[in-house]
Amino acid sequence: MNPSDPRGGAGMRLAGLVRKEFLQIVRDPSSIAIAFVMPIFLLVLFGYGVSLDADHVPVALVAESPSADTADFFASLEASHYFAPIRMNGMAEADAALRQGRVSAIVHLRENFAERLRRPDGAPIQVIVNGVDANTARLAQGYVTGAWGAWLTRWAGQRGMDLNTPVRLEQRVWFNSELRSRNYLVPGLVAIIMTLIGALLTALVMAREWERGTMEALLVTPATMSEILLGKLFAYFILGTGGMLLTVGLAVGLFEVPLRGSFWVLWVCASLFLLAALGMGLTISTLARNQFVAGQIAIIATFLPAFLLSGFIFDIDSMPPGVQVVTHAIVARYFVAIVQTLFLAGDVWSVVLPNALALVLMAALFLGITWRKSRKRLD
Amino acid sequence: MWQRILALVRKEFLALFKDPKSRMTLIVPPMIQLLVFGYAATFDLKHIPYAIYDEDRSAVSRDLEAAFAGAPAFHQVAALSAEGEIAPLVDARRVLVVVHIGPRFAAKLLSGRTAPLQVIVDGRNSNTAMAALGYVRDMVDRFNRDWIAAHGLQGPPAALVTRAWFNPNLESRWFFIPGIVGMLTLVVTMLVTALTVAREREQGTFDQLLVTPMRPGEILLGKALPGFLIGIVQATVILLIATLWFHVPLLGSLPALYCGLALFLLSGVGAGLLISSLAVTQQQGLLGAFLFMVPAVILSGFATPIANMPEAVQFITLIDPLRYFLVILRKVFLEGAGFDVLTDQLWPMAVIGVVTLGLASWLFRHRMY
Repeated sequence: MNPSDPRGGAGMRLAGLVRKEFLQIVRDPSSIAIAFVMPIFLLVLFGYGVSLDADHVPVALVAESPSADTADFFASLEASHYFAPIRMNGMAEADAALRQGRVSAIVHLRENFAERLRRPDGAPIQVIVNGVDANTARLAQGYVTGAWGAWLTRWAGQRGMDLNTPVRLEQRVWFNSELRSRNYLVPGLVAIIMTLIGALLTALVMAREWERGTMEALLVTPATMSEILLGKLFAYFILGTGGMLLTVGLAVGLFEVPLRGSFWVLWVCASLFLLAALGMGLTISTLARNQFVAGQIAIIATFLPAFLLSGFIFDIDSMPPGVQVVTHAIVARYFVAIVQTLFLAGDVWSVVLPNALALVLMAALFLGITWRKSRKRLD
Repeated sequence: MWQRILALVRKEFLALFKDPKSRMTLIVPPMIQLLVFGYAATFDLKHIPYAIYDEDRSAVSRDLEAAFAGAPAFHQVAALSAEGEIAPLVDARRVLVVVHIGPRFAAKLLSGRTAPLQVIVDGRNSNTAMAALGYVRDMVDRFNRDWIAAHGLQGPPAALVTRAWFNPNLESRWFFIPGIVGMLTLVVTMLVTALTVAREREQGTFDQLLVTPMRPGEILLGKALPGFLIGIVQATVILLIATLWFHVPLLGSLPALYCGLALFLLSGVGAGLLISSLAVTQQQGLLGAFLFMVPAVILSGFATPIANMPEAVQFITLIDPLRYFLVILRKVFLEGAGFDVLTDQLWPMAVIGVVTLGLASWLFRHRMY
């Protein structure tokens, strides 16, 4: 600070601007709600609600001519917690149940099941799945295959038969050995929720000043545009950091997702991400200059792209090349990669560093656009 | 009375389309988003990067390697020569799967014993991991069948014969594209309705509207119709893209689909206007829009089935209009459903629509600040 400057130096101006932002935040509680209430509400709801692990899949069991063998096979399905089996008396009944959505799959044993079981070519077990939800269908198929394999081994073992399995698969799943989908979904949700916090906090703030004419009042003060922007960024950064700590705390504390990497690396990366997300909000706000349009752009440009294109739920490698290019414009993409690795695998620098660098570039890009587009001039 | 409502509808359309930026946001993004999301949303793995660590280096192990190399979804990234090379590749996400063939693989197979095949999968994305394991299992099963046939061995006493109804190739895109149609329709209704009343409140023009002879019901109709009309038009365009561009089969009754769409728009517009009339500032309206839209999408069963949710959360989804509309879209598109199957989905949306619209119109006069 320059003591000879009667109006105080840049530091004092900045402190004043930050104070003004905080006063505004306190007076309209919606910003505080965005930073603290929204993350709790969304994370609790989704942490409990979002799961890809199908349990108790309803399955219709149909045996054309019940015998000790069919009962034995069905018993193995009934013992598994993956299924909620319902015995039915014929294919007509099972067919109707599948169409109405009461069961997701049918396991059908024909009349001669017991007899063909003892013939060299073996007995077919017909499995019909409802393919509309292809992912659940594939899971159900996998569960039936697993139950079938276990049953075969037992059945053959009891009869002293030799099952020929030339190659046996030994699978090892790293980082998430029980394949708990919550362990990968909750870190991703942290990224989605922080995208919303960041963008929502700032999407309207610049537009509001322009719309209400208070921006012009700020422009006649000695404060430079950089200082005005810095004041906003600082205030909302503090607020956003609070929201970030809350979400990470809930993910670890409530949902018991292991945090194998270092908390400080996560903090640094999350701060970079927060800067980029706030920058995105400020860019929207500056370009729109009108709260209504800024709100519309925020609704369109933040949630769905972050939800679908960030790798949170859909594998980016499986997307066509053109869409993969588009995903590089989604800030959440880089943070999702970082959080999934930091939570489940640990501090893997070969993943963290390139993505953190991308976050720095995105933050610089958005803040740069905001700064260039909001120079001190009136249109 | 109709003249008054018509005038208000005209004014709302002017407010939406006068600003070129607002016009752009309403028209272009939903279509582009359907194209991009339609390609992005799939659980089918098209590209599984993998590495092979073959300690056996025999003719048999090379056969197995060839099976992986020949599978279109698998892309070999590296051939390893030491166990220590596995971890860095997996950690850095350069490979999803590592296939490890042990040193006595061929010898065990040829002597009629079982040879283990170790497969390591990156479980950071558990769904991708599970799908990749499924692909590997299919490949090993095929290898086993071929081996049994070629060596005249006895096959298993029972074999699974699997078929999938409604979507024989288990193409997950067919499941997601109807879902995206529903999500984008919800977004469009939010765009049109969630901020309208809040903006007028903030600018003070809503008070002026209240002192005109218009009754709250008329204001409500004037505010709701634009969202409804824009929603119908946008949804029609999106549906056309889904069928003509993505070739998702549309097997069921179109009138049933449009009846579902109309009721869904009713409930979506109702929720949007309710949020908007609760909010005093546009910032609050925007927050409300997100607090409704984000849970509505995530808990709708779009990507994660409602059946997997705990009971309490399943109960909450009963007030989510998107939940019902997604069922309608998928059943009409893929299962060829008509009105008979869908009544269970139709009436809850009507109830949500009537309740939210009623509350919104009551709030017009009773929420003063």
